[in-house]
Amino acid sequence: MGFAAFAFYLFAITAVVSGGLVVLSRNPVHSVLWLILAFISSAGLFILLGAEFVALLLVIVYVGAVAVLFLFVVMMLDVDFAELRGEFSRYAPIGFLLGLVILLQLGFAFGAWEVTEQAAAQRAAVTPAPEQVQNTVALGQLIYTRYIFLFQAAGLVLFVAMVGAIVLTLRHRTNVKRQDILAQMYRDPAASVELKDVKPGQGI
Amino acid sequence: MAEFLATPFGTFLLILGQSLLVVVSVLLALAFLMYADRKVWAAVQMRKGPNVVGPFGLLQSFADFLKYIVKEVVVPAGADKPVFFLAPMIAFVLAVISWAVIPFNDGWVIANLNVGILYIFAVSSLEVYGVIMGGWASNSKYPFLGSLRSAAQMISYEVSIGFIIVGVLISTASLNLSDIVTAQRGDWGLMSWYWLPHLPMVVLFFVSALAETNRPPFDLPEAEAELVAGYQVEYSSTPFLLFMIGELMAVVLMCALITILFFGGWLTPIPGVSEWWILGDGLHWMVIKMAFFFFLFAMVKAIVPRYRYDQLMRLGWKVFLPMSLGWVVIVAGLAMVDGEDGNLGGLWARWTPAVVVAE
Repeated sequence: MGFAAFAFYLFAITAVVSGGLVVLSRNPVHSVLWLILAFISSAGLFILLGAEFVALLLVIVYVGAVAVLFLFVVMMLDVDFAELRGEFSRYAPIGFLLGLVILLQLGFAFGAWEVTEQAAAQRAAVTPAPEQVQNTVALGQLIYTRYIFLFQAAGLVLFVAMVGAIVLTLRHRTNVKRQDILAQMYRDPAASVELKDVKPGQGI
Repeated sequence: MAEFLATPFGTFLLILGQSLLVVVSVLLALAFLMYADRKVWAAVQMRKGPNVVGPFGLLQSFADFLKYIVKEVVVPAGADKPVFFLAPMIAFVLAVISWAVIPFNDGWVIANLNVGILYIFAVSSLEVYGVIMGGWASNSKYPFLGSLRSAAQMISYEVSIGFIIVGVLISTASLNLSDIVTAQRGDWGLMSWYWLPHLPMVVLFFVSALAETNRPPFDLPEAEAELVAGYQVEYSSTPFLLFMIGELMAVVLMCALITILFFGGWLTPIPGVSEWWILGDGLHWMVIKMAFFFFLFAMVKAIVPRYRYDQLMRLGWKVFLPMSLGWVVIVAGLAMVDGEDGNLGGLWARWTPAVVVAE
């Protein structure tokens, strides 16, 4: 077993085990921490594939930003574990049934799955082998040069979604005192503070 | 010897040796930087600073180190023990592993990654976990508040740091840290480094680095006046030491990053002497520049009063983010006009020929 194989099994087993522990651990904060471990192990798998750019983006975006928000929300939640467990045992049979159905469906789908021989040749956007070109350059050629319009259109769709979400939740409340930072910064101490000579025991 | 080093075990030993060399020298440097830090504050406040242990108090950091190690580890009741001890280890390990891609001299780097700058960015975005986990696992109110603050703060400033880095990347057309330094080599020495074409971003990067590493004036996660010591309240002895080392190491790493991104890494500031023995390029220039920026970090701590938390968030999201984002657009335009022909004197487009691959 070479080093690459050893590293693969290390990352793969860690990813699967920590993925399982996300579901199994009792404490939601521990779940998020296991999720982070799963993300990092999959980043390791990407690196073994030679996709270092995607691997590091996975770490930056999912572990560095998304999982922090998860952790944030989960830590602030006031979860009653006893109640949660009671609910769990009530719905467990239905859950298991659903899981079984999905598993069967997946089994049927993959059992009948056949890949045509031309499939590999028909891929439209093939990047050069990782040995010949840097990841970043290859991705840039595809996303920002050849498919720039599709990429920008996708970005535009996300942008519209974001604007929509903001419009839906934005409220303009009247009678709210707001802080005007610029007014605070431009305040002149000489104009707003007055020094008074107070005699002892007399007050102003 | 050369054949032995080419075998897998030899390579392993070689990398182990290199890593140990870097880690030990960084840790040793940290001990004296901590001392220098305290001496600078003392000088600003007209005190003497540490002056008892060793000549001029030079061994003070080692005495502190021993003291932290031999003290008792106190675990608060109701703490989540595994997470409580994992947090300082994460803080320390993440601070150490980022040094793997820092080039100290031409070719003096443990892992010359093609995506080196992304690696640093990824590792520093993970550093927030040490703080959050420590604060949460302590099962106490002040640490928890401190860790929430720090999570929000570090994420906010990471965004602007990311955009500032993108500007430099557009100029270099490479994510490799050694390439970024080599791209700053020019005929005008000091004047051909990136700080001049990317001037506004140098200031932004420095301030964001202060916020990212929780240094004053942005040390709100551990604001003594409000939160006792923030996320570190419940930590004692070695776990506390690990937090401290990790924090200081992140600061020094930020000094190294500023040096590499904007101030030419190991390049000499004097034009035309890059081949000379002591004035030429070399490790010593990197160290001198890093020490200078560390001095600036220390001075900021001594001089500037602490920010209020809402001011900090406003600065990050409403000032730094639009400015850095706008600068990315401006640099992209300037680099495009500059192009491979150097229409603007090659200030913004320093693409190495190896990187620009034709379709």
